[in-house]
Amino acid sequence: MTRAHRLLAIAIGAGVVAALVFAPLSLNRYGLYILSLWSVMSIAAIGLNLTLGYAGQVSLAQGAFVGIGAYAAAIMTVDGLPLSLAVATAVALCFVVGWLLGYPALRVQHHYLAFVTLAFSTLAFLVFRNEEWLTNGVYGISGVPRPHIFGLSTTPPLRFYYLCLFTLGVVTLACWRLVRSPWGRAFVALRENPMRALSLGVDTRRYTLMAFAIGSALGGLAGALYAPLAEFVDPTSFTLSLSLNLLMMVIIGGSGFFFGPYLGAMTAVLLPEWLRIAEGYYLIVYALLVMGLLIYSPTGILGILDRYLRDRSAKAASALHAAAGASLPDETAS
Amino acid sequence: MSSLFDLVISGLATGAIYALVAIGFTLLWQTSQTINFAQGEFAMLPAFLMLAVGRTGAPFWLAIILGALLSVAILGIAFKKLLVDPMLRHGVLPLAIATMALSVAMKESVKQFFSAEAQPFPSIAPSGSVSIFGSEVSLQSFGVFAFGLAAVIGLNLFLERTSTGRQMQAAAQNPTVARIVGVPVERMIMLTFVINAALVALASLLVTPIYLAKFSSGETLGQAAFIAAIVGGFNQVRGAIIGGLAIGVLDNLAAAYVSTQYRAAVSLALLIVIILFRPEGLVGRSEERTV
Repeated sequence: MTRAHRLLAIAIGAGVVAALVFAPLSLNRYGLYILSLWSVMSIAAIGLNLTLGYAGQVSLAQGAFVGIGAYAAAIMTVDGLPLSLAVATAVALCFVVGWLLGYPALRVQHHYLAFVTLAFSTLAFLVFRNEEWLTNGVYGISGVPRPHIFGLSTTPPLRFYYLCLFTLGVVTLACWRLVRSPWGRAFVALRENPMRALSLGVDTRRYTLMAFAIGSALGGLAGALYAPLAEFVDPTSFTLSLSLNLLMMVIIGGSGFFFGPYLGAMTAVLLPEWLRIAEGYYLIVYALLVMGLLIYSPTGILGILDRYLRDRSAKAASALHAAAGASLPDETAS
Repeated sequence: MSSLFDLVISGLATGAIYALVAIGFTLLWQTSQTINFAQGEFAMLPAFLMLAVGRTGAPFWLAIILGALLSVAILGIAFKKLLVDPMLRHGVLPLAIATMALSVAMKESVKQFFSAEAQPFPSIAPSGSVSIFGSEVSLQSFGVFAFGLAAVIGLNLFLERTSTGRQMQAAAQNPTVARIVGVPVERMIMLTFVINAALVALASLLVTPIYLAKFSSGETLGQAAFIAAIVGGFNQVRGAIIGGLAIGVLDNLAAAYVSTQYRAAVSLALLIVIILFRPEGLVGRSEERTV
């Protein structure tokens, strides 16, 4: 990446962050809810992107982890425990369950793994719905309180939005570090060629389980924020369709691209809202748009950008070749 | 509580419908690595197409035929040409996601352009019941089972005994070699999509009189067929039949003897056990594992 590219990237990043911080000041209650939901779903999708996009393990259970996190947070905070403790519990619980769910991935791969996780997702929903002593069954748990932070109540929507955004920021930084660490490289090695990774000394067994555990823990974190955001949890929010939706976010944004989940969550959360002008037809239009996008670019939104950039650098390289003769080593392609 | 015998018979009837939907599911997977998450909606739409034709004043038998033809055109040919073909070479997942979007589009379209309310649908099987071994079995269950089974056996004979059927199998098992020995692989793949559309149209015709025509009725049917396909063996037509019947009966028995709340859990638990310990399914051949 050249100096100009880096400056451009920093400028875009700063612009996006500024927009996320200042634009909501003018939004109404509903707008803030949608934007907070985008942050929460982004966190869950980032987790799934680690499991699927980086480590290549198909999971249709991310929605179940959001549900586990949400129920853990709701049950604990309604009992009067602080949200920080509930978040820690939700994350730890999902980490452990995610780790256990990783074991089937050691035996089966690809579509079979998708089916196992799909079954897990539906089983989790049945537990949410039927274990009334714990989850209050179909009636759900209402009156989930929003936390006080440094004595400041986050009940006003704007303050809670900033809490969600702050959490998203922390998750972003942590993941940025993670994917550039030896762990992140091990995940990619696992996705690209597990056999070779193993022969190079990567403990594929441990990293497969880790990919599931970390991804699921982020799902739990998202759930623990979702409960106080909606101030209500019920089983219908965490059906299989949430898992499928999260998977769609990752694929649409661009699986394996760092910023894919943010764009994917934007598409899945904000686009239907913008399409509401189409009234009853908005979901039809939305579904058709998703199909159109995937036909045009199966690698998602960032796949389009990636293709464009690669084309351009390839063109630049070939132009340089033509100018300097074929003997010049190719230096511009990177 | 109804007797065990009744439960098994009505379970077999539902199972036969699951099998019809599950077979199409496995056919698409075998020939073109398509995991069709809209398969349940595929089995919902034909009933509405038949009802739509019926609204123009056509007699019922004509509505069934035209509706089925429309299903083949939309769910078979158009689905293959417009959605599957452009995406096939980009791997399994994007196409699977696209079929999820398709299922949303189909549900919402039926809701918007037809009705959000459940519609009655005339039955092709006679009403009433017959007495078998001293217990009353409704003719409808019996008819559904008979129709479903006949279609499944017919399909199996077609695949095993006719030249076209064997060419289809060859195209599914090893397209490269099949092409070399002169099998028109592309045409065979298209044929599986057409057969899938015909199977779901039949399933729709059989199931809708029992559960009414509703835009959301594909959801449970799709999931049951999905489980049936895996339990039986994802790469075998025979497997889908056995899986369908097994899930139909198991689901019925679970509802009666385990609990209505956790009836779905029984087949799901079976699914997990099967995948972990016998991933090729009850009667399937083991598939080469991609490392």
